[in-house]
Amino acid sequence: MKNIKMSLLATLIASLGISSPALAQKAEVIHWWTSGGESAALKQLAEGYNKAGGQWVDNAIAGGDNARAAALNRIAGGNPPTASQFNTSKQYHELIDAGLLADVDEVAAKEGWEQWMPGPIKNVIKKNGHYYAVPVNIHSGTWFWYSKAVLAKAGVTEPKTEAEFWTALDKIKASGQTAFAQSGTLSYERSTFNAVLLHMGGRDMYMKFYGDKDANLVKSPAFKTVLEKFKKLRSYTDAGVAGRSWNDTTALLVTDKAGFQTVGDWAKGEFLAAGKTAGKEFGCFQGWGPKAPYMVSGDVFVLPKTSNKDAIAAQQLLAKVITSPATQVAFNMKKGSIPIRPDVDASGMDICAQAGVIALKDPARATPDPSMLMAPDIFGNVSDVITKFWNTDMKVEDAQGLFAKALTSN
Amino acid sequence: MKNQRKGPKTAWAAQSALLPMGMVVLIAYVASILWTVRISFSSSKMLPKSDWAGITQYVRLFTNERWTIDMVHMVQFGVFFISSALILGFLLAVFVDQKVRLEGVFRTIYLYSYAISFVACGVVWQWMFNPTLGIQRSLQSWGWESARFDWIASQDMAIYCVVIALLWHSAGLVMAILLAGLRGVDEELWKAARIEGVPRWRYYVSIVLPQLGATVSTAVVLLAISVVKVYDAVVAMTNGGPGDATDVPSKFIMDNLFERQNIGLASAASTTMLVTVLIIIAPLMYARSRSKTAASH
Repeated sequence: MKNIKMSLLATLIASLGISSPALAQKAEVIHWWTSGGESAALKQLAEGYNKAGGQWVDNAIAGGDNARAAALNRIAGGNPPTASQFNTSKQYHELIDAGLLADVDEVAAKEGWEQWMPGPIKNVIKKNGHYYAVPVNIHSGTWFWYSKAVLAKAGVTEPKTEAEFWTALDKIKASGQTAFAQSGTLSYERSTFNAVLLHMGGRDMYMKFYGDKDANLVKSPAFKTVLEKFKKLRSYTDAGVAGRSWNDTTALLVTDKAGFQTVGDWAKGEFLAAGKTAGKEFGCFQGWGPKAPYMVSGDVFVLPKTSNKDAIAAQQLLAKVITSPATQVAFNMKKGSIPIRPDVDASGMDICAQAGVIALKDPARATPDPSMLMAPDIFGNVSDVITKFWNTDMKVEDAQGLFAKALTSN
Repeated sequence: MKNQRKGPKTAWAAQSALLPMGMVVLIAYVASILWTVRISFSSSKMLPKSDWAGITQYVRLFTNERWTIDMVHMVQFGVFFISSALILGFLLAVFVDQKVRLEGVFRTIYLYSYAISFVACGVVWQWMFNPTLGIQRSLQSWGWESARFDWIASQDMAIYCVVIALLWHSAGLVMAILLAGLRGVDEELWKAARIEGVPRWRYYVSIVLPQLGATVSTAVVLLAISVVKVYDAVVAMTNGGPGDATDVPSKFIMDNLFERQNIGLASAASTTMLVTVLIIIAPLMYARSRSKTAASH
């Protein structure tokens, strides 16, 4: 009994201590990193922040949409978290326009973001000359992955050109295996479309489509060819596509049941979790040729504006810690992504990540993710057309018309 | 006389006890509805704005192909789901009503599926319908090599997969409601009908069913509500796909509310749904209130 009383007293004292602002800079962070690999990576951020004298208060909300909705509600309601995760995209641009986000110019100037931050990322976190988000990592959404066993069984090796890729698909199909693993969710039908557009249509066409929303491009014969190629991939998929998640789809490659898949580098976690090594059981390539475009996406933390001095100090410390070289390496090794800084040691990374680091250094290769170029509502309309075209017998000409309509909507 | 004097006093006490509930309804429901209607006339995108944009959002909504398709899907789903749930529920109720042995066990089994969440129901049926995992695979592994059951991958049939899954979910509830109604039917009627030589099916269709009007309408209202709010099962099962084959209005609203940062458009869609529901329910309420006043006179 005495013990319980004592421990209650101790808890009370401890909680009083924690709530006094002088003790530590408390940072409440909303994020959606809840899977095994993700939370292991996040732990690196939290530990880094705690080591720097802060106190990390974790607020994990499963699912990106849910986490962003929760953050938006709290920001709009006047009770913002210290920091909140968004994708490196236009998702938070309306918050900037509404004056609800604090800038991170001070940290950016001190760390020299202007000099080394990759272009596509800089463009989307900087608005009206100010930095409004703290990037954490760089992902790429249009990697090609393949199972070495499946390719070997069909007697083919890693395709070095687009033509070789199609031949490889044909040969795998002829050998009685599933040539192309496809997820049945809208996001990953779109991701396959983006891979085809970027790597078979080329970077210029991709930029005209997502960047300029060029309705004339959509009606051109070149774009028509891209749509036909996209649709042709469908003939290489298996019967279990409907509703299948991306990770169940990657599992087909992991278990050597399918040849290729196009999906972001977050798929690597699935291979690693099954004890596979890049370059040994599975391979990766980012398009074809040494100048293949490299699609850049990722995550950022935004810092909602507040008048609370302690919260402001916590935000500044957080921005500094997240972008520091030590945290960057520790976090990205676990996450499967690559660091936002070019000045960190990449030698400990696997061959896919190293290829990404090299591609990122070439501004002609680094290409922004569609959500960096397009506002969410138009992007949604475009996605509706992609999934409809992929799943129905729609004529290519009709799809061109719908794409043109979607691009010029609003 | 005594009772009459007591009446208003208890009414006052009861109503004051209901006050918190009334406040919740007023603030959480009515005010939210009004706020949504207001937002639907603004140009809001990610954050709610208080400007006036006229009927812009409604024009956007009704020129949106996906919305039109979603409304068609809701009608299609509603007709097949409500009718099949009523038929199956009625048959189950009649079966249980035959004084079968272990009636309690059957009742529990039929009602069990209703206790499962929509998400779990959607996931389970996604696997069942998946041609490489579920029913088709089982049929093939039992030796029927040419068995085909890939509705969930088909543009035209996928919506019926959702109907089947939710039918499985709700038929037990319809059974429970109709069974209660059946138990209220006088058993002497069956004895009389038997003497007249009326076959059993005819007895149920022509004598019992007409007496179940109120019970059936309760079941229909409950089923209709689940048609309007169908969302979680679709998300778990097909996520609206393949393509937009199983997309429903509530999913359109949720997509635009959050992922697509289109609060104005989502509010216009919600308001349209509300008006649709009112148009369907208002005549029903009117008819019921008329029959009540008619009965009291």
